[in-house]
Amino acid sequence: MRRFVLCVTLAGVACGGGGEQQGGAGGAEAGAAPAAAPLGTGSITGAMSFSGTAPENPTIDMAEEAECREKHADIPRDPQVVVTDGMLADVFVYVKSGLPEGAAFTAPSTPAVLDQDGCLYRPRVLGVMVGQDLEIRNSDPLQHNVKAVPANQRGFNISQPRAGMTTTRSFSAPEVMVPLECNVHGWMNAYVGVLEHPYFATSGEDGSFSITGLPDGTYELEAWHEKFGTQTVSVTVSGGGAATAEFAFSSQ
Amino acid sequence: MTARRGIPPLRIGRGRLLSVLHGFSLLRTGLRCVAATAVAALVLVPPPAAGQDAERGQPLYDQWCAGCHGETGAGDGEAAAFMLPRPRDFTRAVYQLRSTPNGEVPTDADLARVIDEGMPGTAMPGWKSRFSSRDRDDVIAYLKTLSRFFSGEPPPPVELGSPPRASAEGIAEGREVYETLECFKCHGDAGRGDGSSAPTLTDDWDFPNLPADLSENWLFNGGGSVEQIYTRLRTGVDGTPMPSFTDALEGDVVTEEQLWRLAQYVRSLSPERSPSVREVIRATLTVGELPAGPDDSTWASIERYYVPMVGQIIIKPRWFAPSISGLWVQAVHDDDRLALRVTWNEPSRSPDPAWDEWIARMATTMTDVDGPLSTSQGPDRLTVQFPLHVMSGMERPYFLGGDRRRPVHQWRWASAPEALEEGTARGLGTFVPLDGDAATSHAAVFADGQWRLQLTRTLAPGDRAERPTFAAGRGTSIAFFAADGSHGEDEFRGAVSAWFTLHLDAPTPRGVYLAPAVAILLTAGLGLVVISRAQRAERQADHL
Repeated sequence: MRRFVLCVTLAGVACGGGGEQQGGAGGAEAGAAPAAAPLGTGSITGAMSFSGTAPENPTIDMAEEAECREKHADIPRDPQVVVTDGMLADVFVYVKSGLPEGAAFTAPSTPAVLDQDGCLYRPRVLGVMVGQDLEIRNSDPLQHNVKAVPANQRGFNISQPRAGMTTTRSFSAPEVMVPLECNVHGWMNAYVGVLEHPYFATSGEDGSFSITGLPDGTYELEAWHEKFGTQTVSVTVSGGGAATAEFAFSSQ
Repeated sequence: MTARRGIPPLRIGRGRLLSVLHGFSLLRTGLRCVAATAVAALVLVPPPAAGQDAERGQPLYDQWCAGCHGETGAGDGEAAAFMLPRPRDFTRAVYQLRSTPNGEVPTDADLARVIDEGMPGTAMPGWKSRFSSRDRDDVIAYLKTLSRFFSGEPPPPVELGSPPRASAEGIAEGREVYETLECFKCHGDAGRGDGSSAPTLTDDWDFPNLPADLSENWLFNGGGSVEQIYTRLRTGVDGTPMPSFTDALEGDVVTEEQLWRLAQYVRSLSPERSPSVREVIRATLTVGELPAGPDDSTWASIERYYVPMVGQIIIKPRWFAPSISGLWVQAVHDDDRLALRVTWNEPSRSPDPAWDEWIARMATTMTDVDGPLSTSQGPDRLTVQFPLHVMSGMERPYFLGGDRRRPVHQWRWASAPEALEEGTARGLGTFVPLDGDAATSHAAVFADGQWRLQLTRTLAPGDRAERPTFAAGRGTSIAFFAADGSHGEDEFRGAVSAWFTLHLDAPTPRGVYLAPAVAILLTAGLGLVVISRAQRAERQADHL
């Protein structure tokens, strides 16, 4: 149950209620099945700041897909870089090293959910644990194919020709990040971070993130963004308390 | 795993089985059948990897495969940069043609088939004539050492069942499935690989990756039969954008029968038999009007000839990745004028802004082939060429635009601005247009990924020194060049044909009708003479 609390915390803090950038166990809905207990009570919270001028996201020509187009009030854009008040969303952040040796973690029984809605992936960036179900859902009344192109493990490429169709897949090895794409709609890209432990999050629209349930220790924390690459910081959690980590991205 | 380790258990097994059976002398007769069956089973179903020797496979791989697939199998051999699609990268063990589910590694039999038969539509030849089956199995054993994903047993093949009986209604149902599953998004409405998503497609290595032209099943990588098409629908074509429909089947979004119908429909888009190449293109003689344009219904009744095209790989800049794989040529004349119709498939009417992304990707992919590729789209081109002068015997000008001694006359048609030039060439890139108006008229239609171009000219134009003449009852050499502008092709980079012969049918001479009548009369007369003589002889005999 405490492992699940982590997920809720993650989702709540990181997503800012947007529901589009779920971290941890993805569909962290209340009452979901618990996973293994976390190793500690420490946490790392922080934010992804952004300086400079964010590149303009490319517009998407959805003229061929009226059903998707009408789900967007404005001209749809490919949300590659989402900056709000100088804070960067959709940054995947995770503990890269520093966990106690030999610590084993069980994947939550709750699936992470990746939706295709309005010919966009929602969320665009998410994390799952090795072996955790990833439920891929089509909310559009048209054909999407979902293709995963990992480097460390086997990929897949499935057709979802109808609204309401769901397909469940999982990943067998850690990999940051596994790209997912739709080839019918070449602009559709998602990124899945696959880890052997639950210490990961995705920054919400306010750029914030939170990773909880950590034991005391010094951790290498890596932040990944699809356009701005990776950054690493070292963070020490002590006395089961809260630590902070700030990442600064820029357009340079 | 070597052959030495693999084979002995099999031998011991058979020997033991037989000796045990010999001991039961009373039952021997009855058990002989069982023994034979058991031994047959052991022989027919060898244990996995028996007879495979990766160590023996490596030198074979290095000698025959590494040139394209690379020393480490990463698909980066010396020749790789010239090719599209690129040679397979064996390190990821992502294989297009499998009997196993989507995302899985192939079986040895899957790999053996591709090595034996090659991959139509790509640079991969079949190796059946070069490799013995042992060589091939050893190469497979070595290939599998190039990726860690081959560590376990491959999963069992996807169970395919059997197709429902083909029928016209079934094909129509298959067409509906084609629309419901939105196959046209990539493959196009007529299946010619010209769907709206086509110009955005890439493979797993980010190389441009065109969807299959479903009207050319003889070029399908995995074979063009209904069963083979169905297999691709169930397994997907891994490494390409083509997904598997097995999840949709299991999720009751589509039924097995519907997928079989779809496979039958796709098969129906290609001719019943793969086109054969005939050296002589006959221009039939018509007593009526010549076709008025490329979509005139008259063309439907005129024989069509397939002209295979290959990349222009001789004169720099060379081109190893032609977009156009073949032309269909038809010809008709009325003893005054000749009309040619050339039909070919290419996914765009160049230049087309939707293909800007494609040509940009082509330019970054084909970086190493005799200088940079243009990033702006040229027109589509179709050139027809004839020897300028009548040649003696089998002599023909050099097929790539002629040569200094033996020039060619060319009709050079381009799509944008749509125009036709006539002129003389003495080698590729030496074209000199003739002054004045062209004697050849042109009319072209582009629809659903297909150009249909009609070229019409009088048989004998006034200036015989500048333009070849055609005549009923005579043949002339003819060759073709085609380029797809949105694919980065131009005057050099494109597809060429060999020389063919265009023969104009002669009017049937009167003698053809007269001769049989004369023959009948003569035969009848001769018969009468023979009979009357016989009768006379009989009468004389009676008198005696």
